[in-house]
Amino acid sequence: MAERSFAREVQDLRLGAGDVFEGEGILAITKALLQCGVGYVAGYQGAPISHLMDVLADAQDILGELGVHFESSASEATAAATLAASVMYPIRGAVTFKSTVGTNVAADALANLASGGVTGGALVIVGEDYGEGSSIMQERSHAFAMKSQIWLLDPRPNLPSIVKAFEDGFALSEASSTPVMLGVRIRACHVTGSFVAKDNRRPAFTLADALNNPRRDTGRIVLPPASYLHEKEKVEKRWPAAVEFIKTHKLNELFGDERADVGIVLQGGMYNSVIRALSLLGLADTYGTTRVPLYVMNVTYPLIDDELVAFARNKRAILVVEEGQPAYIEPAIHAILRKAHIETAVFGKGPLPAAGEYTTGILLDGIRAFVAENARTMLRNDVRIPDAKPVLEHPAVKALAQVVPARPPGFCTGCPERPIFSALKLVEKELGVHHVAADIGCHLFSINAPFNIGTTTMGYGLGTASASAFNVSANKRSIAIMGDGGFWHNGLTSGIGNAVFNKSDGLTLIVDNHYSAATGGQDILSSRAGNENRQTNAPIARAVKGVGVEWVREIDRTYDVGRMRDTIREALTTPVKGPKVIVASSECMLNRQRRERPLIQSAIKRGQRVVRQRFGVDEDLCTGDHACIRLSGCPSLSVKHTGDPLKLDPVASIDQSCVGCGNCGEVADAAVLCPSFYRADIVHNPNWFDRLLARVRGSVIGRLTARRDRQRLVFPV
Amino acid sequence: MGQVPHRDLSSDRPITVAIVAMGGQGGGVLADWIAGVGRTHGYCVQATSVPGVAQRTGATIYYLELIKRQSGLMPVLALMPTTGDVDIVIASELMEAGRAILRGLVTPDKTLLIASAQRAFAISEKEKPGDGIADSGAVYEANAVAARRHIVADFARVAENAGSVISASLLGALAASGGLPFERTAFEQAIRDGGLGVEASLKAFARAYDLVRASPQRVITPTASAALGLPSLPSSVGVAALDQLLGRIRGELPVEAHSMALVGIKHLVDYQDTDYAQQYLTVLRGISEIDRAHVGSATGFLLTIETARHLARAMAYDDVIRVADLKTRTTRARRVSTEAAIVPERQILQTTEFFHPRLDEVCATLPAGLGAAIERRPRLFKLLDRVVNRGRRIRTNTIFGFMQLHLIAGRKSKRRGTLRHGREMAHIDAWLDDVRRYAVFNPALAKEVVMARRLIKGYSDTIARGQSKFDKVVIGAQRVAHRTDAAQWVKRLHLAALADENGDTLDGALKTLATLGPQPQTDGNSAAHCTPEATV
Repeated sequence: MAERSFAREVQDLRLGAGDVFEGEGILAITKALLQCGVGYVAGYQGAPISHLMDVLADAQDILGELGVHFESSASEATAAATLAASVMYPIRGAVTFKSTVGTNVAADALANLASGGVTGGALVIVGEDYGEGSSIMQERSHAFAMKSQIWLLDPRPNLPSIVKAFEDGFALSEASSTPVMLGVRIRACHVTGSFVAKDNRRPAFTLADALNNPRRDTGRIVLPPASYLHEKEKVEKRWPAAVEFIKTHKLNELFGDERADVGIVLQGGMYNSVIRALSLLGLADTYGTTRVPLYVMNVTYPLIDDELVAFARNKRAILVVEEGQPAYIEPAIHAILRKAHIETAVFGKGPLPAAGEYTTGILLDGIRAFVAENARTMLRNDVRIPDAKPVLEHPAVKALAQVVPARPPGFCTGCPERPIFSALKLVEKELGVHHVAADIGCHLFSINAPFNIGTTTMGYGLGTASASAFNVSANKRSIAIMGDGGFWHNGLTSGIGNAVFNKSDGLTLIVDNHYSAATGGQDILSSRAGNENRQTNAPIARAVKGVGVEWVREIDRTYDVGRMRDTIREALTTPVKGPKVIVASSECMLNRQRRERPLIQSAIKRGQRVVRQRFGVDEDLCTGDHACIRLSGCPSLSVKHTGDPLKLDPVASIDQSCVGCGNCGEVADAAVLCPSFYRADIVHNPNWFDRLLARVRGSVIGRLTARRDRQRLVFPV
Repeated sequence: MGQVPHRDLSSDRPITVAIVAMGGQGGGVLADWIAGVGRTHGYCVQATSVPGVAQRTGATIYYLELIKRQSGLMPVLALMPTTGDVDIVIASELMEAGRAILRGLVTPDKTLLIASAQRAFAISEKEKPGDGIADSGAVYEANAVAARRHIVADFARVAENAGSVISASLLGALAASGGLPFERTAFEQAIRDGGLGVEASLKAFARAYDLVRASPQRVITPTASAALGLPSLPSSVGVAALDQLLGRIRGELPVEAHSMALVGIKHLVDYQDTDYAQQYLTVLRGISEIDRAHVGSATGFLLTIETARHLARAMAYDDVIRVADLKTRTTRARRVSTEAAIVPERQILQTTEFFHPRLDEVCATLPAGLGAAIERRPRLFKLLDRVVNRGRRIRTNTIFGFMQLHLIAGRKSKRRGTLRHGREMAHIDAWLDDVRRYAVFNPALAKEVVMARRLIKGYSDTIARGQSKFDKVVIGAQRVAHRTDAAQWVKRLHLAALADENGDTLDGALKTLATLGPQPQTDGNSAAHCTPEATV
């Protein structure tokens, strides 16, 4: 079950022609797919398109009614290969994943798909994880489009434009026999807005039709001699067809008065920010009226030479707004204009920075510099241009920079991965620091304080693979971390299988939280919950043993820090040769709470006996050393000043958000910290036996404490 | 080329709102409510957020733009805030308000800042072995400079008291601020339309609304956490044994130190008995006399006050008896019950304590002769440790579990004979010997050596680590004792010792110290060499 449910929102997918759809970008994308008569959809979750996968999963019924097949793919490579269904058959298909990391994984399938070409429209929806909030290396999907000759759409970030891009994308794909990549940026996925809906369309030709009437054509298979012909076909047939289609259907847009001296060429996705920057400079308004003409490339690959030449001719200078590096569009425009013997100056990287997200503030500075150099008279003096620099220069604000602490993301309250790293830190205290190869997933938060564990991260599921080189004799073994998501994505073969085959001696710690948790708690093969549409409950340990690992330990309660520590220590010190694998399993607390909390609350309301746990700290006993925090980092374990003049340092304190996972007590025990922690078991709706027992205990204990209280001399003030 | 004809550009501008929050605080809910209010009142609203791992407890941002709907016109709204162009910033935590200011989202010509005053400490603040809490005062000062208007109050508490979450109280504050052109009822309707936890949300909304309306320029200024309220010395408490202690404080100590000495004897009477408090006063009196003889009165008797503080802590060392005592008191049971929010008729509380005694602690609590005898026999020690040294979960709500601790607590009367007691007293003597010696020629140094005692705290490994750091500082103090800047050096060592767990910063500072000559060349030079300064 995913972290966020769209059960209510997906009902909007049934809207018909003329209805106004209001909602989030990802829902609009789903609706657009249905309006385009898509036959199948597949993908792999990851921000910013995780929620698109969740919407599709929650829309299973509606998809079923329309005869649309939906798969949660094992990886992005699987998703991309799924598009093979559109090679021979006139079926529209769409796949989605996070980019560029997902595109990296999918690259093999995409290249093969693009070589042979497609019959039915094939759309690759890439969530561009670039800029603020991104969790990956900062790269561009543009290069993939160019290298495999896949057309790249980058629509203006409003719902009508995005929805139109889907219709255009399928049609373009079919007109040019080429797959089309459609990029949506982080914020566009979650932008809210509205558009006028159309009726959903059932696919005219279904997957069942294809299975019943298979077709083949060796000319479409990537093998010589066809592969040589594909390359020719790409430039001789498909490219001109695409250019023709884009021109005829006016996929790119022009805004503003074309007679101006200067103009801006921009990626569609930058449109809103460019308009805002222009309007803050007094050169445009909030409704898109602009004095600086804009050539908006909703298609960023291929470039349409004629359109660019027409736009640039008769202008003194143009500015190319192309986010990310390296620049591909700007040098291409240079080349196009030179070939056409047009002397218009081309600016881009220069007034605008070479790297980094183009925020409105950065665009404002860049556009102002560009206009000031090339059309100074356009700039007005009566416009108040927002400027935070003076306030940022103020001493009181500058002083703040030393005060405000960094707040990187970390393990949630009660996270089952925390005790794994508490244990690992304890083992490192005994056996010394080890080389730890980290992976992608929530467990990567271990690299930050307080754990400070993990040296490299080479890609999803590649934790063990990235420790491969350390397969030599030494005093210490390598440690690799891998999540359950990464394990099924590829880690079983790339990491575990590889370690067996190469007789590695290292340890792999598989963090099994029952979901693909970092991406929003989607089900995977080893998920424990039943799922109507998917097969789950495949044990990771069995798979690991199946590929030949002999030394396997399963820990089914990660919160048992002592056992966790002992098992890790054993793995690092055992004389047994060969790969060691520890599968540490406990359910993602975020999902568990979401599942259990309503059940518990309703049980308490119904009068059932329920025991809930939470932890506390005896503030009289805590001395404020915070060793417990350095082994935990739990958001609910914080500090507070007691007001006791004898205690200068704040003591540990557990707030109401504690979910009673037990890590505090386990760590205090395993690390021999202090006796300050206690666990409170709260028995709701106690039965008669509970009450009787509590009464008997209470009276004995009460009498004992009362007697001692009487003996104690106490200051009455 | 001819000039471009000037069509009139519209001067309409959207209202821009940024919500800065931590993942999981409900910033998304607040954004949805605001968007709902706008949409039902003739506004085009665009809301965006940054999804992904940022929402796992890290700092994150939600952004909205609202503009009056005009027929036939489609506004082009931005997907991210522009620095210097944000009308309203809502911060769900104080340091997040500071972060918004540092990002340039809050500017004096434009921005209404609504911030909740509560703190959620970052790991970097919590993990320090000492007090790593960031200075909230800096945020208040920056608020006053950066915002056009700022409203700061503990909206988290307002929400909690109403049984709701902070998004509801922040919406109430926003409604009351007048920052958006909508009536109170419009905001309340948005909560109702949301359909989740409506009653509690409305209650929190109303309380925050009233709070802000009562004083629209509301700023809850922070009370400095260091300014702790010290009790004043009463003339009598009606118990002869205690009154005698009070009399001694009055008669033997400078008036400046009375309050701290009172805190000290209260602590020690509670810890042991009145005799123990008498012993404390005798030692303290000795220090105060040296203090008086030198610069004491000029410095407000800081040496005596700090000795009163740290000596009380040192004498009340945390041993097994103390732990058992504190865990078995009526007051403790009451506090745990309050913290767990127990409703007596409907809930029963059970408590489990986490102990992990080692033989070291057990030996320390034995009579000195016996304890030392075991310690002298490594093989026996190892054998016994194997029996003792393991985690024990003691259920103090059961009679058996309670009795175990109750009996240990009862050994209080035997404490003076334990191995640990002898060692603690010897350690205190050595420490105070240094203090007395320094007090004669450098009272400031003496005071710093007193204060370094703060490093000794905790249990098992923690206290061992603290002790070793303390010892290093004391040796450092001996090395620089005859320099005029000795006090500053000890203070630097002390703070360096608190900077990290393993004492790496302290070791670095000691290395620097080892390179020093007998006297500072010039003030500037010695400061420039001083690495720990940067970590202070």
